[in-house]
Amino acid sequence: MSTVPPAIGDPAPGFDLPATDGETHALGEEAATVIVFTCNHCPYALAWHDRLLAAAEDYADRGVRFLAINSNDAERYPADSYEAMKERVAADGGWPMPYLHDANQDVARAYGAQTTPDVFVLDGDDTLRYRGAADGDHSDPSANAAWLRAALDALLEGREVETSETEPVGCSIKWRP
Amino acid sequence: MSASAPEVELLWWAGCPSWQQALAELRAALADTGLDPESVVVREVGGDEDAQRERFVGSPTIRVAGADVQPPGPEEPVSLTCRIYHLRDGRVSPTPDPADVRDALRAAAPDKEPT
Repeated sequence: MSTVPPAIGDPAPGFDLPATDGETHALGEEAATVIVFTCNHCPYALAWHDRLLAAAEDYADRGVRFLAINSNDAERYPADSYEAMKERVAADGGWPMPYLHDANQDVARAYGAQTTPDVFVLDGDDTLRYRGAADGDHSDPSANAAWLRAALDALLEGREVETSETEPVGCSIKWRP
Repeated sequence: MSASAPEVELLWWAGCPSWQQALAELRAALADTGLDPESVVVREVGGDEDAQRERFVGSPTIRVAGADVQPPGPEEPVSLTCRIYHLRDGRVSPTPDPADVRDALRAAAPDKEPT
């Protein structure tokens, strides 16, 4: 896996990661893919969570696949263990996106993920087209993941993504020592 | 420090960006309650040893006269992490509800006149 994170317009790194659904997930053939680096215990990730789930539901029938990835060091932060991930999804009654476990943090490093959440949008060729925050205000549910939705709408309509990069906002990814 | 001016501390950790917002809201709450906004003692928690010494359960932590404005539960582990707060309307937040901060300040300095 490349050690140089992709810039906008670069091919996105591939991966195979286990998820809480018991399956292994990789990039596929979808019209677009949204990768959200997230975790269980960050207030920013929790604040944006419902908006991201709603977007996953809203775009599912338009060929967009969402993947949530937890890369945090689970040894120092047991709330982010694979078991805790499974418990969370089960307690929620399931999510409209698989929750992947990046135990060795290779995928987070390959993407240059910095925070939870940190959102990456890939087009149908797995080229990076958007990276950053889901919207401009974690505290305002009505912001509705507007930046993410605008990027997806542009891709699905064959347009350039107008704002392709924003500053990710959230808790730092908890790297292993 | 006068008897009516409680010590107000804000403890923060660099892995969580919310402390500056929390500090601004804390200073506004101090002003609202008639206390000196510049009296806040701001301290960085830089590592595990600091966290253990401070019984630090996450950033930001605001203490008024030694008491946490939203006291953590007994099971809350000491950790270099971002704290999860809940606003009064139920939303998850990386900072405490300003109303909770004001209430803690008023409880600690009941003789101060709100501005």
